[in-house]
Amino acid sequence: MAVSVTNYTVLSAMLFTIGIIGVLTRRNAIIVFMSIELMLNAGNLAFIAFSRAFGSVDGQIFVFFVLTVAAAEVAIGLALIVTIFRSKNTADIDDISTMRG
Amino acid sequence: MNLPDYNFTALTPALILSLWAILILLVDLLFGERIQRWLSWLTVAGLLVTGASALSLWNVRAEGFSGMVVLDNFAIVVTVIAMIAGILAVLLSSDYLVDRDLFRPEYFALMLFSITGILLLASGRNLIMLFLGLELLSIPLYVLTGFARPDVQSEEAAMKYFLLGALASSFLVYGIALTYGATGSTDLLKIRDALQNVQVITSTLTLGGLILILVGFGFKVAAVPFHMWTPDVYQGAPTPITAYMSVGAKAGGFAALLRIMYVAFPQIASYWTGALVLLAIATLVVGNLLAIQQSSLKRLLAYSSIAHAGYILVGLAAGNNRGVAGALFYLLAYAFTNLGAFGIMIALSKKGEEADSIESYAGLSSRQPWLALAMTVFMLSLTGVPLTAGLVGKIFVFSAAAEAGLWTLLIVAVLTSVISAFYYLRLVVLMYMRDPINDFGTQVHLTPGVRTALALAVIGTVLLGIIPGNLIDFTNQTLAITTQTLVALVH
Repeated sequence: MAVSVTNYTVLSAMLFTIGIIGVLTRRNAIIVFMSIELMLNAGNLAFIAFSRAFGSVDGQIFVFFVLTVAAAEVAIGLALIVTIFRSKNTADIDDISTMRG
Repeated sequence: MNLPDYNFTALTPALILSLWAILILLVDLLFGERIQRWLSWLTVAGLLVTGASALSLWNVRAEGFSGMVVLDNFAIVVTVIAMIAGILAVLLSSDYLVDRDLFRPEYFALMLFSITGILLLASGRNLIMLFLGLELLSIPLYVLTGFARPDVQSEEAAMKYFLLGALASSFLVYGIALTYGATGSTDLLKIRDALQNVQVITSTLTLGGLILILVGFGFKVAAVPFHMWTPDVYQGAPTPITAYMSVGAKAGGFAALLRIMYVAFPQIASYWTGALVLLAIATLVVGNLLAIQQSSLKRLLAYSSIAHAGYILVGLAAGNNRGVAGALFYLLAYAFTNLGAFGIMIALSKKGEEADSIESYAGLSSRQPWLALAMTVFMLSLTGVPLTAGLVGKIFVFSAAAEAGLWTLLIVAVLTSVISAFYYLRLVVLMYMRDPINDFGTQVHLTPGVRTALALAVIGTVLLGIIPGNLIDFTNQTLAITTQTLVALVH
């Protein structure tokens, strides 16, 4: 049985959902961030699958940009997490959170 | 070999601004501390040059990079709004940073990069460009939000903003992927063409893509229910950054939303106007009701900025030309007014003592009559009282909603702006009718930067309020052209 674009789309939707669940349930900032990366990559997978189905490269080009931007985001994100870890000694979102209302 | 048609004209403002950001880093490298106090003025000069270059291309409608970017009047209006937000925020920043030992030249470079992001969002006509513009706007903002480190609140705010911002981006990316899957392109015009096909319109991919794109931008413009980050981030970020963020990020987000909805998705307008009406109602009600109970001025302005996103959404939901014009005018008015209100806060703050508690504004009129008067102007404009910019903006978007027949939305919008009068005017009453409770506002040193910014903000707020007749004509005329380019242009 050939793997069709629908299979890939369903897989990417599952990855995206797993990412959302991770963001909602995990409390460690780094794991939350990893879940977000998973969601981004679900998008990338969908792009590649559609791109192949259409025989156009637009989708693949988009993936390059997403990867680049994600790399920049990782740099900033980890820097922020390290900074806050230095002053609070934890990366747990609930412990970090002091502002309310 | 054929090179594609670059046409750098379409990118002129964005190019100037990003080069200027690099220039600022170089100037700092070469001259170091000697020119520190001139850096903010150099930044303002860059913004002025960029604004002038954009205005000189009025009515030119340059298209470049195979339709990736288009510099039409719509983009120029958004550019001008971004310049105003940028100039006022930079003027308010310099002394604030020096006072708190936070002065680092990268601050100004990051700010210019972030504003470049707004320009790309305003002129992108391909979802790739819009995604990149959004990231260029956001990533420097994450850093700027945490700029007051080792202040714990600032770090916390940066972290929250970063995580939710990245989450929003991932929604946007997935939404774009689905739209691409449905239509076979990321070019807004090609998406529009593909949507002529009934099969494409009814496809789940189209609907899913549209919803996820709305969610992604909903986070950025702080629309309810995607607003949870706003109060914390606004409270924790350095005040000038809060001021810039409240206008800049909104302008960028709304510009992109407008272009996507009007250029790519007019065929399915019935879907997204419905969604936007719901978003607008939720945003108006939640923003205004939660603002009432705040005791911190920064948080009050955060909820107020959510509420104002609601009024701009009213313009978008109307789905007509007047709505586009109204949303743009509203952003312009909001830029002057809100940056002014934050400017007063900055003028009254000093190191270790932010002018954040609303109670402490009691009796300010006897100590700082001019600052109290300016604050009154801003609060009246945020409420929407005659002779201020805020009222004209509100009339504009409300009449667009009336024209579109969105009566429920209109009633909610009018009622919530009555509610908003309560918390804005409470501050005015405090300043004029109570006695001071402590020595707040006794020692205020107004620096030239802050003075200039406040003067500009007051002049802008009042001028946009008293010459609305001409201006509405002007804006209508502009937008007749703008919306033509936005809506009617196909090739």
